Amino acid sequence: MIFDVENIRNDFPILSRNVNGKPLIYFDNAATSQTPQQVIDVIVDYYSNYNSNIHRGVHTLSQEATDKYEGARQIIQKHFNALHSHEIIFTSGTTHSINLVANGFAGLLTKSDTVLVSALEHHSNIVPWQMLCEKTKATLKVIPMTQEGALDMDAYDNLLLLNPKLVFVNHISNALGTINPIEEMIQKAHKVGAAILIDGAQACPHIKPDVQALDVDFYVTSGHKMCGPTGVGMLYAKEAWLHKLPPYQGGGEMISEVTFEETTYAGLPHKFEAGTPNICGGIAFGAAIDYMNSIGFDAIASYEHELLEYATGKMNAISGMKIYGPKENKTSVISFNIEGVHAYDLGTIIDKLGIAIRTGQHCAQPIMDFFGISGTARASFSFYNTKQEIDVFVEGVKRATMMLR
Amino acid sequence: MKIETIKEELIDEFSMFEDWMERYEYMIELGKSLPIVEPQFKTEDNIIKGCQSKVWLHAELESDKIIFTADSDAIITKGIVAILIRVFSNQSPEIILKTNTDFIDEIGLKEHLSPTRANGLVSMIKKIKMYAVAYQTQIGL
Repeated sequence: MIFDVENIRNDFPILSRNVNGKPLIYFDNAATSQTPQQVIDVIVDYYSNYNSNIHRGVHTLSQEATDKYEGARQIIQKHFNALHSHEIIFTSGTTHSINLVANGFAGLLTKSDTVLVSALEHHSNIVPWQMLCEKTKATLKVIPMTQEGALDMDAYDNLLLLNPKLVFVNHISNALGTINPIEEMIQKAHKVGAAILIDGAQACPHIKPDVQALDVDFYVTSGHKMCGPTGVGMLYAKEAWLHKLPPYQGGGEMISEVTFEETTYAGLPHKFEAGTPNICGGIAFGAAIDYMNSIGFDAIASYEHELLEYATGKMNAISGMKIYGPKENKTSVISFNIEGVHAYDLGTIIDKLGIAIRTGQHCAQPIMDFFGISGTARASFSFYNTKQEIDVFVEGVKRATMMLR
Repeated sequence: MKIETIKEELIDEFSMFEDWMERYEYMIELGKSLPIVEPQFKTEDNIIKGCQSKVWLHAELESDKIIFTADSDAIITKGIVAILIRVFSNQSPEIILKTNTDFIDEIGLKEHLSPTRANGLVSMIKKIKMYAVAYQTQIGL
């Protein structure tokens, strides 16, 4: 398929709306991506035609919903190249997935154990491990980062000498867009017998990870970053780990037999899916992955790279511009500050021009502390954005800077 | 000056502007005229944290009136802070407690006082009212 951004934009109804009287320019894609009509149609179809509970009913609607939901699981399995579809657990999103694993490890760690977490993490990938270490008295160690915003791999090698039980790192940093060398980190973790969890929330909108080739133990992501709805995500875990971890929540759907003396848990993946799940969300998540594959991840990555280069060049020409994070090896995210301008003020003014960016700490306070700043402005581009939009954005930033200085 | 008069003045001033840009430019000007907190009062205790911009607020009682000084690291926030200070500073605790912030809507800046806005202004108004309660008790004694 030929990549035609104008055609692609027609798939996204929201891109034709106005904000504050100006055409919307949506550059907050790293927080939430927009939803194409193809996915919206799936959501409407679900509630219009076969809304019902899954796995329990003998009736036709329940069977249809179950088939579609399990079909979505298979789409996800195939997309991430998991060995089995039961290695894909539906969750409410990345944060839920991480908590599920952290909670499971509470019974497997003792106070003599060490857990490694990278300095490039988002709060949702720090707090659950802090809670886990509080509970188990295990030690939490941080893999530091370099001034360029990359992980310090020498320090990682040294920390691995402590024989950690677990390593947590994001595939791509949400605040800086840094692509971490996860292949190498996974291999090295395994050499010392550590399990490793990769947070793929920022990676999956741009690249297609192969969990078997990576040999990763746990990989987590969210649907709403990849053209799907909010409130749904997934945990991939190797089957052996899913047998080893205890269930996260008790409830319906996750049991096979219940008496007041004892409950036997259901098999995989149901052991980790207590209660009625986000059925429509799961089905729409599958549709979103199909949509992205119909465009193609190679085409997406190369077009977004083009946008990134174009925007970086234009932005660097603005006086007082400071862009944070690596120059190479990053996704289409530009985290920046302009001398003498508070990010919050900038975001407020350009919102008046119809431009949506993220400002603040990006839920990554430790990274902001590292650079000694209170926050940044962040523009993140998706495959449905255009160079013309970048031009309008750069003009908007210049105009705001003139007002604010 | 009476608090009602100040509110009317502000509404008048802002009614002259044709579009949002002029409003914001004026707000930024007001921000620059804010009575800034003395450095010794720019303490951790006086910080009002709104996830994105910080606001410092200090209060002192002069005879029966409260004098507020403030600062913020973001200029638009500072502008709104200046507007609030212009209204609430140099007033008695009783008047402060009786006065609402509806005038912010009338000057077209409502969005800045929404509780979901991460700028610390809603907390700032709460803090202004808390000072008023505290000083009222003190004067009452």
